[in-house]
Amino acid sequence: MRTVDVAVVGDAVRELCVRANHEIRDDHLAALRRARNEERSAIGCQVLDSLLHNADVARVEQIAFCQDTGYAVVYLTIGQDVHFAGGDLTEAVNRGVAEGYRAGYLRASLVRTPIDRVNTGDNTPAMIDIQLVRGEGLHVTVLIKGAGCDNMSALRMLTPAEGTPAMIDFVVETIERAGPSASPPVTIGIGLGGTFDRAAAMAKRALTRRSGVPSPDPEIADLERQVLDAVNSTGIGPAGFGGTVTALAVHIETMATHIASYPVAINLDCHSHRVQELSL
Amino acid sequence: MSGTPRKLASPFDPAALVELRSGDPVLISGIVLTARDAAHERFARAIAAGEPLPVDVESQTIYFVGPTPARPGHVIGSAGPTTASRMDPYSPLLIERGLKAMIGKGRRSPAVKQSMTEHGCVYFGAVEGTAALLSSCITAAEVVAYDDLGTEAVRRLQVADFPAFVVNDLHGGDLYLEGQARWRRARA
Repeated sequence: MRTVDVAVVGDAVRELCVRANHEIRDDHLAALRRARNEERSAIGCQVLDSLLHNADVARVEQIAFCQDTGYAVVYLTIGQDVHFAGGDLTEAVNRGVAEGYRAGYLRASLVRTPIDRVNTGDNTPAMIDIQLVRGEGLHVTVLIKGAGCDNMSALRMLTPAEGTPAMIDFVVETIERAGPSASPPVTIGIGLGGTFDRAAAMAKRALTRRSGVPSPDPEIADLERQVLDAVNSTGIGPAGFGGTVTALAVHIETMATHIASYPVAINLDCHSHRVQELSL
Repeated sequence: MSGTPRKLASPFDPAALVELRSGDPVLISGIVLTARDAAHERFARAIAAGEPLPVDVESQTIYFVGPTPARPGHVIGSAGPTTASRMDPYSPLLIERGLKAMIGKGRRSPAVKQSMTEHGCVYFGAVEGTAALLSSCITAAEVVAYDDLGTEAVRRLQVADFPAFVVNDLHGGDLYLEGQARWRRARA
């Protein structure tokens, strides 16, 4: 058994919140550069050039890549032989978010409830998602999620008869409806199967996969390519100004589902796609 | 569409606005007010109560933005546009009171577009993922209303060569519709 002080987890979360907001990960930068090479519209190329320039400015000046520094999704992959000491794990993660957002000059963007809309002041609480695995490992991934693209995300419970063609249509419909509001080119996380809630969680987690790395399942990888092509046929393009690259990557995750169901959850992430991770 | 950016001064000369066409790149210099969800909601409440607005919007530009906190020595933090459609229920109230331009991202409702062409207001699109770059075009910032709203307070910004694209011009042009129509292709 390995004992880990929760303060260590909190410190990691603090560091990752700052780093994710200031420094775009190499895989997403590479995806933006590929998009710049592939894009055929002049205005789309201008937008992609500015996004790449913006990433340099944010990293060098250590300021936020995007003013919507979003909410922090903290994925903890915890070995089942890890024992936490030194306090409450959730409180430690929230402390990390609060300190990171203060230290990194990041925006407090959360309100206490959707009804009273009082800002919590420190961007807590974090959205914490825990997965238990074998061993003594501990891995922390922080996904920073803006609202423009989250607001355009969608979930539908399809029937088995509607099936995969309807799933692809639903993704395209969601992208068409989102248009420029989701800040394309987007990264698309899709959760297929599970239950109503698990589909959404899979879609969100799919966004943390390194950009454009295909599913290990060849059938799903082929489906990812089909969906990407369908989305890029819309012509929405960078910033929605028109162009050939509307999405950079499609990541599909699947799990078992009920014989009566075909759950589809689509979580969009904007061109400010921000993920960082750390093994402790 | 595209080409050399046109330099514009805000508050705008109505004659200069008439010349703009959807897709034109522009560089805006001068004064821009900021307001987003919460400030617009308060504007609407003030108007409904017959109270004066805390800022005069006549001839002005509103930028839909909630900036990050400024680092010491900086005028403002990162400051890219937020989704404009959330302000659609309120924008016509301001356009009727003389607002001449809006800067944001995303499509506007048919009611807003109609109000814009009727009253001579232009909508510019900026790129959200250029928030760090855009902050360097802001040379001064001061809160002028609703200080308690924090990032959502109304600020008066001094901007220099702030880059944007004309989305909705005064002639019915719409960059989002035209751009997408030009590049749409049949699905494989």
